[in-house]
Amino acid sequence: MLARIAALALFLLAAVACAKGDGEVSLLNASYDPTRELYDDVNAAFVKDWQAKTGTKVNIKMSHGGSGKQARSVIDGLEADVVTLALAYDVQMLHDKGKLIPEDWQGRLSNNSAPYTSTIVFVVRKGNPKGIKDWDDLARDGVSVITPNPKTSGGARWNYLAAWGYALRKNGGDETSARELVNGIYKNVPVLDSGARGSTTTFAERNIGDVLVAWENEALLLVRENGRDKFEIVVPSVSILAEPPVTIVDRNVDKHGTRDIAEAYLKFLYSDAGQELVAKHHYRPRSEAVAKRYANDFPEIKLFTVDEVFGGWTKAQKTHFDDGGVFDKIYEPRK
Amino acid sequence: MTAIARRRVLPGFRATLSFTWVYLGLLVLIPLCGLFLKSTSLGWSEFWETALSPRALASYRLSFGASLVAAGLNAVFGLLVAWVLVRYRFPGRALVDALVDLPFALPTAVAGLTLTALYAENGWLGEPLGALGIKVAFTPLGVVIALTFIGLPFVVRTVEPVLADLATDVEEAAAVLGASRWQTFRRVIFPSILPALVTGFTLAFARALGEYGSIVFISGNMPMKTEIVPLLIVTKLEQYDYAGATALAVVMLCASFGIILSVNLLQRWGRKRLGFEV
Repeated sequence: MLARIAALALFLLAAVACAKGDGEVSLLNASYDPTRELYDDVNAAFVKDWQAKTGTKVNIKMSHGGSGKQARSVIDGLEADVVTLALAYDVQMLHDKGKLIPEDWQGRLSNNSAPYTSTIVFVVRKGNPKGIKDWDDLARDGVSVITPNPKTSGGARWNYLAAWGYALRKNGGDETSARELVNGIYKNVPVLDSGARGSTTTFAERNIGDVLVAWENEALLLVRENGRDKFEIVVPSVSILAEPPVTIVDRNVDKHGTRDIAEAYLKFLYSDAGQELVAKHHYRPRSEAVAKRYANDFPEIKLFTVDEVFGGWTKAQKTHFDDGGVFDKIYEPRK
Repeated sequence: MTAIARRRVLPGFRATLSFTWVYLGLLVLIPLCGLFLKSTSLGWSEFWETALSPRALASYRLSFGASLVAAGLNAVFGLLVAWVLVRYRFPGRALVDALVDLPFALPTAVAGLTLTALYAENGWLGEPLGALGIKVAFTPLGVVIALTFIGLPFVVRTVEPVLADLATDVEEAAAVLGASRWQTFRRVIFPSILPALVTGFTLAFARALGEYGSIVFISGNMPMKTEIVPLLIVTKLEQYDYAGATALAVVMLCASFGIILSVNLLQRWGRKRLGFEV
């Protein structure tokens, strides 16, 4: 019995060794949840492109999960060559907590290392029965709002900051009115799902809520898959520019000797072919030429960035989402 | 020790005991020590501030309260199911038997999604219940139901073998000696199955305390209202606050250990008092 197990183990080891020794390079991309479909397409295109250029076959493996969870896995030893996460805060932690990437990681690729962007929009039920037009309407009495929990979901943090930034802009930077608006919105939230997909399910399948606050790419996907006879997208007057950043994980690519190919992989996202796929999967492309072709999908919105309004992610996280922050105050029992 | 060892038919006390220690050490003690060590990176006052914040307190209430209720429900109805499975032969018995284990096999996230779909306001059960003014999904009641679901097999599977071993002639003897049905149950059957019942209850309770996957779907995760402790731990991790997360974990661990230990001691005391050998 023991001999048989040993033989099996040897065989497996040999199999693994063969797979490695075949001249095939493999790359692990740790990403967040809603990018599954996007990277399926991007990976297939990149593999073809890379083989045509260099003759080597590359095998790209994906790991998906909540953005924060993925960052923690990489810090704790998941040997991802590249990360493509939902927000810069999670990537920054790879430096702050794990020293896996240099401090200046965000300047290494153009556009803040975010090859695609998105924004936050509303999905309402067909005919918009509650007449929702802008962020103020979400705080009205009798409107039920679905958004995930900012403490556990990266997407939910974008939703929250979008509302906050809108109120600041409307009232000349007055923090009190921003707080009031955000308080009012969360008073109307009956369920705080732990992730963005969970909220989409609550709204679409469970039929709860009048309006879903969501990533634009999730909203477009929802409306396209469920048919336009059930839901409508409402675009607010002002929203946030969500920049999901990508970077190579220096310590891991140096260990695997995959720095060149990992860099090429991320640059591919900025190429015309990559940008076309990005737009096809409802993310806003950086390339203007591609953006023009998909202008119908992406209406013009006044967008602000986290850096402009909140002074960067680290600061926004600390003020708003850490324990005892502004978000927690909404739910503190009143004395 | 040597006296005991000499009387045993099979040798190997030392070897098996050392293996037990190594095994438990590797699997349980070392990870738990790591947990405690990590939580000490918080200062004493910081630890208590995290552990006793109003939100943490609210979540302890929900986690311990709902787990107790769920384990209690399972103790009552699990006993009933075990009784039926052991004492009666009926068509479909094998099916019922298999159904009992299903909550073990089902991934808890699937269970959570299914229960949420069922009990949501537009669900099969949620709609009629809603008409009666009872809301289940996204309330503490929903948490209790999910915890009852995942804890179901424990009581059934611990009580079943004991019931099966309980010879019916004991009951007949009781009846012959003039005991009423209720007396037979209370004085003869119940004391024999009580230890197994308590074990099942404790297991179901412990399992419920740690449950995360199904609860995040059905609870709605509203701060102060339907947040369970494991969710609060995850929110700490989202902030990369490893020490804060372990602080909550340590509180959970000590409380659960205290509860399980006292249940076991109580059981020993009870058995002694009833004159069973310990």
